[in-house]
Parts: sequence; structure tokens; C-alpha cells
Amino acid sequence: MSSLVLQVAQATGADSGPVSLPAWLLIALPLAGAVLLLLGGRATDSFGPGLATGLSWASFGLGFAALLQTMGADPEGRSTHQVLYSWIPAGSFQLSAGLLVDPLSISFVLLITFVGSLIHVYSLGYMSHDPDKRRFFAYLNLFIAAMLTLVLADSYVLLFVGWEGVGLASYLLIGFWNQRPEYATAANKAFVVNRVGDMGLSLAIALMFATFHAVDFATVDAGAGKASTGVLTAIGLLLLIGACGKSAQFPLQSWLGDAMAGPTPVSALIHAATMVTAGVYLVVRSHAIFDAAPNARLAVTIVGAITLLYGAVVGCAKDDIKKALAASTMSQIGYMMLAAGLGPVGYAFAIMHLLTHGFFKAGMFLGAGSVMHGMSDQVDMRRFGGLGPFMKITWITFGLGWLAILGVPPFSGFWSKDMIIEAAFVGEGWRPWVFGLAALIGAGITAFYMSRLFFMTFQGDKRWTDHQHPHESPLTMTIPMMVLAVGSAALGFILGPTGMFTTWLEPIVGGGHEGEPVVNKWVLMGLTLALVLGGVALAWMRYGAADVPIVAPDGNALTRAARNDLYQDVINRNVFELPGRELTDAVEWSDRHGVDAGFMGLAHLTRGASDRLRRLQNGYARSYALTMLAGVVAVFGALWVIN
Amino acid sequence: MDNFPWLTVLMVLPLVGALVIAALPSALADKAKQLALGFSLVTLAVAVAAVTRFDADSLQQFQLAETHEWIRTFGVSYALGVDGIALSLIVMSAILTPVCILAAWHDVPEGGRREKNYFALTLSLLAFMVGVFAATDVFLFYVFFEAMLIPVYFLIGSYGGPNRQYAAVKFLLFSLAGGLVMLVSVIALYFHGPRGPQGFLVNNLTGLALDSTTQKWIWLGFFVAFAVKAPMWPVHTWLPDAVGAAKPATSTLLVGVLDKVGTYGMIRFCLQMFPEASTWATPVVIALAVVSVLYGAFCAIGSNDIMRLISYTSISHFGFIVMGIFAMTTPAGAGAATYMINHGFSTAGLFLVAAMLVRRRGSTRISDFGGWQRVTPAIAGVFLVAGLSSLSLPGMGSFVSEFLVLLGTFARYKGAAAIATFGLVMAALYVLWMYKRMMTGPKPDLAEPVPDLSWREKAVVAPILVAFLLLGFYPKPLLDTVNPAVQRVLTYVGVTDPVPTVPVAATTGSEK
Repeated sequence: MSSLVLQVAQATGADSGPVSLPAWLLIALPLAGAVLLLLGGRATDSFGPGLATGLSWASFGLGFAALLQTMGADPEGRSTHQVLYSWIPAGSFQLSAGLLVDPLSISFVLLITFVGSLIHVYSLGYMSHDPDKRRFFAYLNLFIAAMLTLVLADSYVLLFVGWEGVGLASYLLIGFWNQRPEYATAANKAFVVNRVGDMGLSLAIALMFATFHAVDFATVDAGAGKASTGVLTAIGLLLLIGACGKSAQFPLQSWLGDAMAGPTPVSALIHAATMVTAGVYLVVRSHAIFDAAPNARLAVTIVGAITLLYGAVVGCAKDDIKKALAASTMSQIGYMMLAAGLGPVGYAFAIMHLLTHGFFKAGMFLGAGSVMHGMSDQVDMRRFGGLGPFMKITWITFGLGWLAILGVPPFSGFWSKDMIIEAAFVGEGWRPWVFGLAALIGAGITAFYMSRLFFMTFQGDKRWTDHQHPHESPLTMTIPMMVLAVGSAALGFILGPTGMFTTWLEPIVGGGHEGEPVVNKWVLMGLTLALVLGGVALAWMRYGAADVPIVAPDGNALTRAARNDLYQDVINRNVFELPGRELTDAVEWSDRHGVDAGFMGLAHLTRGASDRLRRLQNGYARSYALTMLAGVVAVFGALWVIN
Repeated sequence: MDNFPWLTVLMVLPLVGALVIAALPSALADKAKQLALGFSLVTLAVAVAAVTRFDADSLQQFQLAETHEWIRTFGVSYALGVDGIALSLIVMSAILTPVCILAAWHDVPEGGRREKNYFALTLSLLAFMVGVFAATDVFLFYVFFEAMLIPVYFLIGSYGGPNRQYAAVKFLLFSLAGGLVMLVSVIALYFHGPRGPQGFLVNNLTGLALDSTTQKWIWLGFFVAFAVKAPMWPVHTWLPDAVGAAKPATSTLLVGVLDKVGTYGMIRFCLQMFPEASTWATPVVIALAVVSVLYGAFCAIGSNDIMRLISYTSISHFGFIVMGIFAMTTPAGAGAATYMINHGFSTAGLFLVAAMLVRRRGSTRISDFGGWQRVTPAIAGVFLVAGLSSLSLPGMGSFVSEFLVLLGTFARYKGAAAIATFGLVMAALYVLWMYKRMMTGPKPDLAEPVPDLSWREKAVVAPILVAFLLLGFYPKPLLDTVNPAVQRVLTYVGVTDPVPTVPVAATTGSEK
């Protein structure tokens, strides 16, 4: 079979590897949809959204075919590299555009296109009354195309195209309702903070070029072992800055909460399941660099540990259902980063948690959207309560996602998150204790805030505002939720205990012997479950069984801090924004009164002394022409005399 | 056809067009713009034909060359010829001129003689642009360099906005001052050259054995003129005023094309003729370039006038171009050379689309807008795309150029490149903040309905958008054209690219 595929591949001119279908089609289909819908204008209003959805599914079909072709090959020969064309030939910098279809990128392709297509379907219902529905679907298709470029690229520069492309789609979709100024501000904030991260990524690529004279994965991977640790550490840290921006990791996480301004399907797809996980992808894809730079890897772990706790604490205090979920996303990506920073022990688990999280978090966001749909766009959980019986499908599907993120066996999160906690306890010295405990405590807090969210929304008393008639959403919305719920329940069980996923990724990121955690793993599992149950119980006492006040109580200092995102915005404002504005004003002022005034002063002096210049200032252009003529004549005269 | 005077024809065609239009009897004055468009399109067709006669890998530095004795006594020749960089700039001029003429269709509503002269002057600019990029005689270059001030002066001074007289004179004085300093250098250079009947030819003045002090002084004369033109901090202050007063079509040609004479001159004259002085001055020039990048960006963020804002973004981008030139590596050089083209299209997109908005709103103040995405969605969309090109979004041509500049500079000057990357964040700030203030927010109450993009306006933006994406996703033809020229200049300077610290043997990667 594999040899046949190979022959086909050679016959069709593909470069190497088992995948013979043209991988660029994966990107081209949704891209064509975006272009058609944007340029086609009102003429495509009627069929546009349906077409966009179809194209997204077509991309999934191609991705699935690529998966089958890849699985048909030997584990060591599962990478397909397709060179498209010579892209940037510039002297000593030579770069082709090419796609890399390997187990890692296929995993992402399937997540992006499957969850993405489901969310297209959901949006058909969710956005059905929006006058700009066509534009929304165009942006969704653009996002799919950019995200696929990001994960299929064979070089850091092409990855960067997808990287900023998803940033653009994110910007457009966060600001989709930008008639509200604060939404437009949120969109700008997301793009600008991401650009701060992109500075890091750009410099990382520049340093790679200076070091290896290459920026494609294959060459950089091959050279990573030979470069000095200092350089590799620098590259790793710069990549980490990029990853922090895109994945909302500390200290560049401030944009994610505000990004919830976008329509809820966008929050589910871009700001939960796919785009924000790109930073994890970047770190895992650059494993050759990080493996050779232990300090850079340590930094990744530290960032992950800080963010997972940070997000969890913030999540406990948020009353806006979407912002609570966003904080949770940040925290869960913290888990993935932490795992990625652990190295070969953790890479596969990072990606596995990324996949399961993609399902359960997208499912819960869609559930939140369904709740908002039935509650006249209310997002304040203090005005929910007792919704379960009124929207049973939402309740149950959300419940499955809730159990999955809690890490209750046998749901998905258990298989992926427990592995990360276990891996965090592997090692020597202080690290396993610090990182392991962070992951462990995080699991307890996660259980608390997710249960708080679940109970406040679906259980307890009705705290609705007047004239609320909660109702279940239409099938276009609930079917995607059901499919994702099935994934939340079962995906971890399929990928995890079978060892299927680690084996699948091993040729790419290595597996290595994991070593034993410093605490017996059964004890760890017991501890984790105990903490989770404790978190759930606490949440039940405070938000399930007890009355929830409609107006949030003041709370203690920590609650207030968490409600304000631990004052990150205040810090950003005082450290960067205000000085930045001062500096801008100062530069602007000095341009008018310093630099320009200097020249104008000179001009005034000269004008005082020269009649001819004064006449110029008065606007007699003829005198200028005369002057120039005189000058030219004088020059010729001088030349003639000297010659 | 090998002896066909391509470049002369490219220059004469628009010049003849300008004269014909200026001489039109008043009965036919309303046909001025159609004629101007026709002449510019014919010129474009000839330019395309000329491209097919060009061989980027030729051993000759200048192709399509013509050399005729002009003033024998002084060694001045009428000598034209192009390398890949000059040819690309000429083709860009030939594309942007009809686009600008089309965009300027209703710029002179009073018609008659004034309209006639406006289009004649605009068309004549094309002749000067071709001349200044094609001149391979230093004196001829100087003549074009100075002569092109005249149409710009009149375009700003007679057709500009409220502040036009002040702006036009300021533009003129800055340019003249730079030009005079350069003239001194031009003459000094001649006397240190071989003299004789072809004593001003670039080829005869390249590789002179000048003593170090002389070289530095002559270099400085050229550089100051080019820095004013480019415009670099701190001699940039004429630009915001000029652009604030000029018609957007004039601004497009001024900033998008004419100012490129500055950066082009740095490559052709400073680097090629004075390698030692260029190397000597590099640290200062790179520092000034980095200052320009950040300073321009700060001023852009602080601007409340659309046109001034765009002009400040250009100062920032010119900083990148100069940095790329003086980094003296092949990627940075190719980045700088293509940045000149990409920046031309970006600027055209921003100025011309902004003009469509200004015409509809009747104000260039950003704060007079707000919510216009709901008024003119198509214009808002195009404006955003132009802005994204300005902030060098990957996928746009400007990204390829800016990235090559950063990458190529970083290989030699890590600190400068690292500081310049702050320009990336600041570009996002000034573009998106401008977009937010103008386009987002609630739909404004307007007295009467405002039309969206007309067919004429679609024809203006279409070529610009195509250029953005084509040069972003398939820049190879352009890069292949400029690469040999860049390499040749670096060979004249005598520098080679820094070697990688970890040379990796070719693998199965996409390196070829």
C-alpha cells in the first residue's frame, strides 16, 4: 500500500512522503471562499454562508484523506514535504514556499477543519439574523485558510504568514460589531499585543538566519545540535515571546479577555480551540531548538506554570460567562505550555491536551452562545440560574464539557491533563515540586471555577431579568454542540490510554523514557481527584446550594484583584501606554517646535538677509526659475573657465 | 530593435503628451484628462515592452543604454541606461502615473486652462521620473534631479490646499539646498575623475582612487541631497507640510516615486562611487535610519490629519529602506530595493483611498470621521487593506521587503535591527488606531447619502491591490530583477555577506 502511494506521489510530482494529494488545496479552498464572499458583495449574500461552510468541510475531507495516506506509511516515513515554488530568492537568503504534512501538522489540520466546520454550521444558526452575515463567513473562511497555512508551513517565514494571518482574522472578528467603540478597542488591543509577540518571532527568525542561513524547519532542526547554547537559548526565548503573544500567556495575556467582544462562535473557534494554541504549536514545532537549550525550555515551563495559575485565579472571580471561559482558556494553555517546556516527556501530552481542550472548550463556548441566544444576549452569570431544564441539550452537552475539563475519569480531560500533572512531577531538585504542585493546585482551582460557572448558569434559583423566556437553540446550533460533546467525552479515552497519540507523534517530537514522578503516580492521581472533588464541593456550597447575590459582593482583596485580571491592564497602562503617549506627544511637539522650528528659524534669518528669498516666500515662482537658470549658467561658466 | 531608444521614448512620450495637453485649444480643454490617461497608458505599454528587452543577468551594468555626446567641452553626455533597480522604479512610475491621473479625475472641477495645466504637469512628472532613474551621466542626473522640482512646485503651489504657498516654497528650499550641496560634489567629482568628453559617465566615475578625505567630502554632498529627498530625520520636515497641502495624486507621485530618488541615489552614487566613505559613514547612517523609523512612527501616531499621518509613516518606511541599503548585505539590499517599489504602492493605496474619503467628508481631520465602515463599507475595506500593506502584514509585498531588510540588517547590526523591530508594533498602532477613529463606532448621521466606491475608483484601487498581493506571494520576478544589481553594487563596495555561524549542509528543506 505504502509503496503504491509513493509511486502515485512520484507520478504526480509531489516531492517526498506518502501524501499525494496537493496539500495547497487545503488552504486554497477556504481562501477562495473568503475572496469570493468579500469581492462578490451583496450578490453572494444568499449562498455565501452555505458555500463557506461547504468549503470548510471540503478542507476537512482533504485533511482526512491526508491522514489516511499518512497512516498507510511506515512510522518513520510519515512526513510529506511538498515544495510549491521559489518564494523569496534574495542573495544569500533563499526560500521556497512549501508545505509539511506530518503527524503533527495533520493533527492540527483535523482539529482546525473539523471544529472549524462545526462552528461554521453553528454560525448558520447563531448569525442568521445578522445583516453582515456574509462578511462574517468570509472572515471565518479567511481564518481557516490562515490557520492551515500556519500549521502546514515548512518554514518559519511561511508560518509567520499564517501567524499574522490568523491575527488579522482575529482582529476582524473581535471587531465584527465595531460600531461599539469598546469592541473596536478590543480588536486593536488584540492585534497590537500580538504584534509585540511578533517582534520576538521576527527577531527569532532573523537570528536563525544569521546562525544557519536558513529559516526552514528541516535545516534549522538539522543545525540546532551544532549551534552554541547561548544562541539557541536566545532563539528559544524570542520564540517564546511570540508564543506568549499569540497564546495569551503571561505577560502578554491581557488581550484575551477583551477579545470576547467577538461573536461567540469566534470565541469558540479562534480564542479557545485553535488560534490561541498556536504558541504551543510553535514551541513543539521548534523542539529541536528547545531540546538543545534547557534554559529556554525552563522559561517555557515557568511561563506555563504562572499562566495556568493566573488564569485559574482570574476565572474564579469573573461573572461574565465568556470572560470566565476565556480565563479558563488561558489557564489550560498554560498547562500545555508547561508540558511543552518539559521536553520530550511532555510534547505529546501538550498536543493531546490541546486537541481534547479544543473539543471541550469549543463545546462549552458554543454552549455559552446557546445560553446567550436563549437569554437575549445576557452574559452575566448572576442573572442566569436554573437554566438546565429550559435548555436540556445545552445543559447536557455543556455538562460533558465541564466533566472533561475537570479531569473526571473517563472524560477527555482526565487522560490529557492528568498526564501533564504526572509529567510535571518528573525530574530532579526543586523543579518537579514547583511545577508539579502548580499543576496540581491548578487542577483544584479549575474544578472550583468551572463548577461555579456551571452551577451559576444551569443550577440554583432563577435570577433572570424581566421578560426572559429561555429556550433551546435550533438544531443547526445544537448538533455541533452534541458532536463536540461526544468528543469531550470520548476523545481522550481513544487517544490516551491506547498510547495511540504518543506513538503517532513520536517520529516527530520524540518520546523518550518518561522517568518516574517524584510522587507515586497512583498517589498523584488520587490527590488530583481529591482536589477536583473538593473544588466542585466548594463551588456547590457557594453557588449551587446557596443563594447567589445578583450584585457581586465586594469580596476580599484577592477577589477584587482577580476580577480586574490581577491588574495587568493597570500595569500595562501605567508602564507602557501612558509613557508611550507622553513620548508620542513629546516627539510630535519637538517635531513642530524643535526640528522644524530650527529650519524655519534658519529660513527666517535667511529671508531677512535676502531679497530674492523673500520674493520666493511671496510666491513669485518665476524668480526661482530665473535663479536656477542663473545658477546653471554660473556653473557652466565655472567649468568652462577651469577647463 | 536592439538599438531602439527605449528609455528616450519612455521619456519623450509623456513630455510630448504634456505639451500637447498644454497646447490644447480651449474648446478641447475638457479632453485634457482623457489625453493624459491615454499618453500615460501608452507609456506604460512601452515600459512593459522595454522590460522584455531587459536581461537581469547581463554582464553590462546598464542596459537599454544610449550614449550621445551632449556638451563635449564639459564632458557631459546624454547617457541613459538601467539596471534592475532603476528599471523596476521606472515601471512602478509608469504604473502609478495612469492610476494617479484616474484618481485625480475630478481634482480641478473648474476645468478649462487650470485643469489642462494640472494634467499636463502631472504627466510631465513621468518624464522626469524616467529621466532621473535612467540617467547614467552624473551631470544629466543632476539636471533631472533639479528640473523635476519645477512641476512639483507648481502642482503644490497652484493646486494645493490652504497652506500651499508655504508648503511649496518650503519644499523648494529644502530640495534646492540639498541640490546645491550635491552640485558642489558633482563638480568636485568630475575633477577627480578621468575628465575628457565622457567625464561625467557613472561608469567612468566608479572605482576612482580618491584619497580618503576627498572621498568623504564628496560623499557627504551627495548624501545630504539624498537624505533631504528620502526624507530622513532630521531633514524631513518639509514632507508633512508638502503632503498636507498637495493634492493626493501629487503626494502619491511625490512620496511614492520622486522621493525614491533619494534612496536610489544612495545606492547608485554613494555606495557605488564612494565605497570607502560609505563604509566609514555607515554607523551614523544606520543610527539616523533607526531614528527615522521610530520618529516617523511616533509622529504618525500623534497625527490628527490623515495626509500628514501618511507622510509620517513614509518617513518611518524610508528609515527601513536606508537601513537596508547601508546594512550592505544581499538580503537587506534586495529588501531595500523592493521596499522602494512596495512602499510606492502602499503609499498610493493610502493616499488615493484617503482622498476618496476626504472628498466625501470634506475634511482631512481624522476626528471628523468615525463609523464610516457603515457608510462606505467598500472604501473602508480597501483603506484597511492599504493600511495592512503599510504595517507590512505578511502576504503583502511590503512584508517581504521589510522582513528582508530586518533579516539582512540583523546579520550584521543586531542592535539596530532589534530596535527597528519596534517599528512593527508602532506601525500596527498608527494604522489600526487611524482605522478605529475613522471607520469604527456608530454610523454617523449624514445629511445626504454618501456613495460607495464608483467604477472609476474601483479601477484606481484594483491595480494597487493586485500589486500588494502579487508582490507578497510571488515576488520572485521583482527580486530576480533587482538581485544582480544589488550584488553588483555590493561588489563595488567590496563587502560580502556575513557567513552563518553554523553552516548547515543543504538538506531536504526548502533551501535550494
